[in-house]
Amino acid sequence: MTEPGKSKMRWQRKDLLGIRELSAEEIVFILDTAGAFKEVGTREIKKVPALRGKTLVNFFVEPSTRTRTSFEIAAIRLSADVINISAGSSSLTKGETLKDTAKILEANHADLIVLRHSSAGAPQFLAERLTSSIINAGDGAHEHPTQALLDLYTIRQRKGAVAGLHVVIIGDILFSRVARSNIFALLKLGARVTLVGPSTLVPREFEKLGVAVSYNIDEVLPSADVVNLLRIQHERQRKEYFPGIGEYIRLFGLTKERAKLLKPDCLIMHPGPINRGVELDSDLADGAQSVILEQVTNGLAVRMAVLYLCGGISA
Amino acid sequence: MNTLIRNGRIIDPANKRDEIGDLLIVDGRIANQSAIRNPQSEIDEIDASNLIVCPGLIDLHVHLREPGFGWKETIESGARAAAAGGFTTIVCMPNTSPAADSPSTIAWIKDRAAEIACVNVLPTGAISKGLMGEELAPIGSLAQAGVVAITDDGRCVQNNELMRRAVEYARMVGLPLFDHCQDYNLVGNGVVHEGYWSTLLGLPGWPSAGEEAIVMRNVLLAELCDHHIHCQHISAAGSVRILREAQARGVKISGEVCPHHIALTDDAIQNFDTNAKMNPPLRAKEDVAALLGGIADGTIAILASDHAPHAKFEKEVEFDAAPFGIVGLETELGLFLDLLVHKNKTIDLPRLIEMFTVNPARLLQIEAGTLSPGRAADVTLIDPELEWTFDAKASQSLSRNTPFDGWKLKGRAVRTIVGGRTVWKL
Repeated sequence: MTEPGKSKMRWQRKDLLGIRELSAEEIVFILDTAGAFKEVGTREIKKVPALRGKTLVNFFVEPSTRTRTSFEIAAIRLSADVINISAGSSSLTKGETLKDTAKILEANHADLIVLRHSSAGAPQFLAERLTSSIINAGDGAHEHPTQALLDLYTIRQRKGAVAGLHVVIIGDILFSRVARSNIFALLKLGARVTLVGPSTLVPREFEKLGVAVSYNIDEVLPSADVVNLLRIQHERQRKEYFPGIGEYIRLFGLTKERAKLLKPDCLIMHPGPINRGVELDSDLADGAQSVILEQVTNGLAVRMAVLYLCGGISA
Repeated sequence: MNTLIRNGRIIDPANKRDEIGDLLIVDGRIANQSAIRNPQSEIDEIDASNLIVCPGLIDLHVHLREPGFGWKETIESGARAAAAGGFTTIVCMPNTSPAADSPSTIAWIKDRAAEIACVNVLPTGAISKGLMGEELAPIGSLAQAGVVAITDDGRCVQNNELMRRAVEYARMVGLPLFDHCQDYNLVGNGVVHEGYWSTLLGLPGWPSAGEEAIVMRNVLLAELCDHHIHCQHISAAGSVRILREAQARGVKISGEVCPHHIALTDDAIQNFDTNAKMNPPLRAKEDVAALLGGIADGTIAILASDHAPHAKFEKEVEFDAAPFGIVGLETELGLFLDLLVHKNKTIDLPRLIEMFTVNPARLLQIEAGTLSPGRAADVTLIDPELEWTFDAKASQSLSRNTPFDGWKLKGRAVRTIVGGRTVWKL
């Protein structure tokens, strides 16, 4: 691994579907490209002409505000023309298939389609059928590659390197695309990963992916360089994955008391939206170790890099 | 027209026959051996050198989609696909629209089949009204209408009490009960085997226990009611173990295996190919090994396709949204010959023929599956060594949803004869 990468590789992909198919070199290349775009956001004129004349469609079949907004701002800063389509406003509600809706977008000369969808594999399904670039903005519980990339960017910025770090991901892993993309990315860049959460949401099967699984958060926290907390979704509780929020906090919540176990320089991350006081204590979310807002800002740079790279490949 | 099939290897497991010889068909029926020496003047001769001559194959798990879903398959096209696969008798499932839960629908299917199908089509009737699992269908009337079994296939009766009454009632009218074994609570919205690939891809898992729990339930009810329950498309290692133990105690329980569950494992879903999405799902290597073990020791005595046609536009959607199932009639014999007889040497040819003929015929209590003199001349000629490539585009079925397009297989039916008439020939 050459990290931080100074490789002179040439980007070859028209689509970003997931982290799993990327090489470590490609990941580092995106992060380095993002570094170049980061500075744009600090200028008074926050705009570069990289995608001028290109049309980007934010196609969000599953609702999202923060990811859609981030992609939209990233695209605008690259001078692309942006259209937003949500499930409610698309013909999918009239029974049109995903393939037909996407073909219509392509026929309207969409150069890039950013897809958020509740079904795993939906971005790949489109990528196999369209010449437009497909950027996965989250598909079911499968992948959320730009979230993992911005997490890595943030870690690398704060820690210098990813290799050798111990990253602990806490919460609902089973249903989390953020967890999967992070696991793939962190392992490729040489980090050690431990998953923590209730056994119903962190099945042992994950060990086969090359990570450690623990059900005892207090044993894991002292060695962590980064803790990444995932949102606990209340609908999971209704499906009997765990007995209740109170018990979740008692067993797995990052409380002030527990945070004392952390190294002083351990980063606290969260992809948002946060349930304050559930997976993460409210003061810790705003505290010195928290890099949650940096993640958001870095997300813009990373998404600019991804749109720039893939948009340069599309026909 | 009478027919003499010459010099074939005649395998007729019901009569423990396996020899090179001739088979005479007179007036659509198997003629006496002695008649061969004095054949009448008007006779067609078929040279069957190097071919297997066996009773017409039976597939007791086929979806013909009519009435209601004629764009996926019709009774006519499904029967043609069956003939091309070497089958002379197929049993069609009741998950049509309307569901086959009334004598009038059964009568419609039988009339339509008599009019247009080139093979024998035997209908099954529903266990519960509308396949809803809430009230018993009129099982006695369905029996009188001529169904060969009752089943809610595609769905599974969850209420154990209702299932118990169905088994007791089916016993009274002498019908076997087929069950699609799936515990809805355990399976939830699962679409693929719960294991490595579901974990990696984030697809909802369908755990083996979701099948095994119902197989065990069926063992208990078959024992309680002293009547036969046949567990459809067994996919999980634990199911084989449960069946084996129950059969050893004499419980009237059986299971069938489909080709895809031994030809493929769950890694076939890694590119979200909806033609690898079936119910129950493709499972792990250990499950395939257990199924082969069950076939080898006789725990599994019946093979079936679960031929489940879906149109391209229905399968060409997001993985979660795609319907379960694949077509199977035309690849079934080739896959089983290739995998069970040639590659794994799990069983020999006579055993394979037995599993396709006399075993399902006994379960269904039908006069088929043998070459006994006097029986309808349903005969399949098989070239067990023929190497061929399956081309989905050339399929007789209306649908093309198969993961086996382009597969090279060894062994194929080369002629299918129903009632003395050749209905398909390579």
